[in-house]
Amino acid sequence: MIELPIQQLIFLFLAALAVFAAFNVILQRNPIYSALSLIITMCALAGTFLLLEAQFVAAMQVIVYAGAVMVLFVFVIMLLNVRTEEARQDRVKYLKLVTPLLFVALLAEVFFVARSVTTTPAPLVTPAGEHPFGTVEAIGEAMFSSYLFPFEATSVLILMAMVGALVLARKRTAQEAETLGKIIEDANQPSLAPASPVSELEENKHELAA
Amino acid sequence: MVPLSWYLALSAALFTIGVAGVLVQRNVISIFMCIELMLNSVNLTLIAFSRFLNQSTGQLFVFIVMAVAAAEAAVGLAIIISVFRNRETLSVDEESLLKL
Repeated sequence: MIELPIQQLIFLFLAALAVFAAFNVILQRNPIYSALSLIITMCALAGTFLLLEAQFVAAMQVIVYAGAVMVLFVFVIMLLNVRTEEARQDRVKYLKLVTPLLFVALLAEVFFVARSVTTTPAPLVTPAGEHPFGTVEAIGEAMFSSYLFPFEATSVLILMAMVGALVLARKRTAQEAETLGKIIEDANQPSLAPASPVSELEENKHELAA
Repeated sequence: MVPLSWYLALSAALFTIGVAGVLVQRNVISIFMCIELMLNSVNLTLIAFSRFLNQSTGQLFVFIVMAVAAAEAAVGLAIIISVFRNRETLSVDEESLLKL
């Protein structure tokens, strides 16, 4: 029996959990089970981040990823009625046959590269006067001094994404639907216009007016 | 201590599983989750290298990747909702046209 240090045992456990849950993500047909498995994978990865002495990133992984982003996913899955999708027949059959081959090929390739890496970790040395590696202080100092511009650019990106998500996901009002229908009518023959969701909204509007 | 190659192997395995998931799954939400899986595996690589090079730059990269992933999830799910509203389906095989 090979004697393994406790850190390696913890890593192996977390890695096995992450890989098992990741396989569950891609093999489940119901997206809600995939989402829950993905949360397990992310929590296991947060554990490996702790092993790598990235405490703050591990906390962010759990709060932002497993918390906020996955709650958004679960919320959308619950909002849309996805149960009918399970019974649907797949039209593209060949992908299911090709995927295992591609999977094994890509895995072999990356493992070959990873095997050639023989670095073993050096113990961490914190120079005097600097914050310890991976703490909030060390990261915050770097983020607000040398990496200030990427940080600000990210905030602009998030603002744009927020506005974009609001514009994309809202329902069209009856007035907007009318203008859109007019545009479509102007562009096409009157008999061809307008498309189904617009006409539905217009019908609703007529019902409301009646 | 855990060797660097172990972390790289785990990251590679997760990334490959994510790629396989994008090919196998036909549900657009599941495909989206596989993309998140790939982003996570790359985060693991960045953190591992940042630890082994003893520089916190990799951890900052991970923060930016997380922010971009959150923005991407918000916009992507909004697109999925609006497509579902028009098409009543989530299968990528059915959604082959951009117009209604």
